[in-house]
Amino acid sequence: MAMRTPLKTARHLGSAKEGADHFWKQRITAVANLFLGLFLVWLIASLIGADHATVKAKLADPLIALALLALIISGTIHMRLGMQTIIEDYVHTEASKIVLLMLNTFFAAFVALASIFAILKLSFGA
Amino acid sequence: MADATTGRGARRARPLSPHLQIYTPLINMVMSILHRLTGVALYFGTILLVWWLIAAATSPAYFDYVSSWFAPWYGQVVLIGYTWALLHHMMGGLRHFIWDLGYGYDLGTIDLMSWGSGAASLIFTALIWFTVAFARGGA
Repeated sequence: MAMRTPLKTARHLGSAKEGADHFWKQRITAVANLFLGLFLVWLIASLIGADHATVKAKLADPLIALALLALIISGTIHMRLGMQTIIEDYVHTEASKIVLLMLNTFFAAFVALASIFAILKLSFGA
Repeated sequence: MADATTGRGARRARPLSPHLQIYTPLINMVMSILHRLTGVALYFGTILLVWWLIAAATSPAYFDYVSSWFAPWYGQVVLIGYTWALLHHMMGGLRHFIWDLGYGYDLGTIDLMSWGSGAASLIFTALIWFTVAFARGGA
């Protein structure tokens, strides 16, 4: 009879010590992106050829701004996790891998911060 | 010194595990590769979204300048390409959701879902852009 409880497995979360964290976050953001991505397609399609005043007014709409912010947050988390997997699959030199993983995080953070800043500026009166 | 006799240092070519060029391309494999490629395209394509949002938040003059990059044929090609990449990744994602839930692992269903998601991405991209063209033409 095994004297160990399943708690040991749960606490140590497998060999990588993070369990299904990466997998699960990728799936949660994927579900969110499914709806928010369709919203983005609609938003861009409805604003093609529109002038600045129209675009500004639309992006300053609270519901549209909120959905865009949600997309930016969910999307940048999802794309960072995805690119992390690609880097880990193809880059086997430890130094290059660490540098690329850092750049990946910085890029995702830049995209998120720049977009959020622009949306907030439009919402609070640019 | 002993290298020449033991063969150490002069490494023999080791057998490699078979990779992409060995296999006959199957539809699920092609869709898997495209899922990753469209993911990479969407990743770098976010720069365009950032650029557009920053432009809208900057000034009418700068917004017009950025818009002028998307108006010509090459700008439209980029936008249509981005729409397709997004929809392809989205349809592939739906396929993965079905697999994640434990369904659709028999070969017939795998082929059907692979062809289906690829076709759906092209059809939806065409529908969206015909609608856009029609709305602009009609306006």
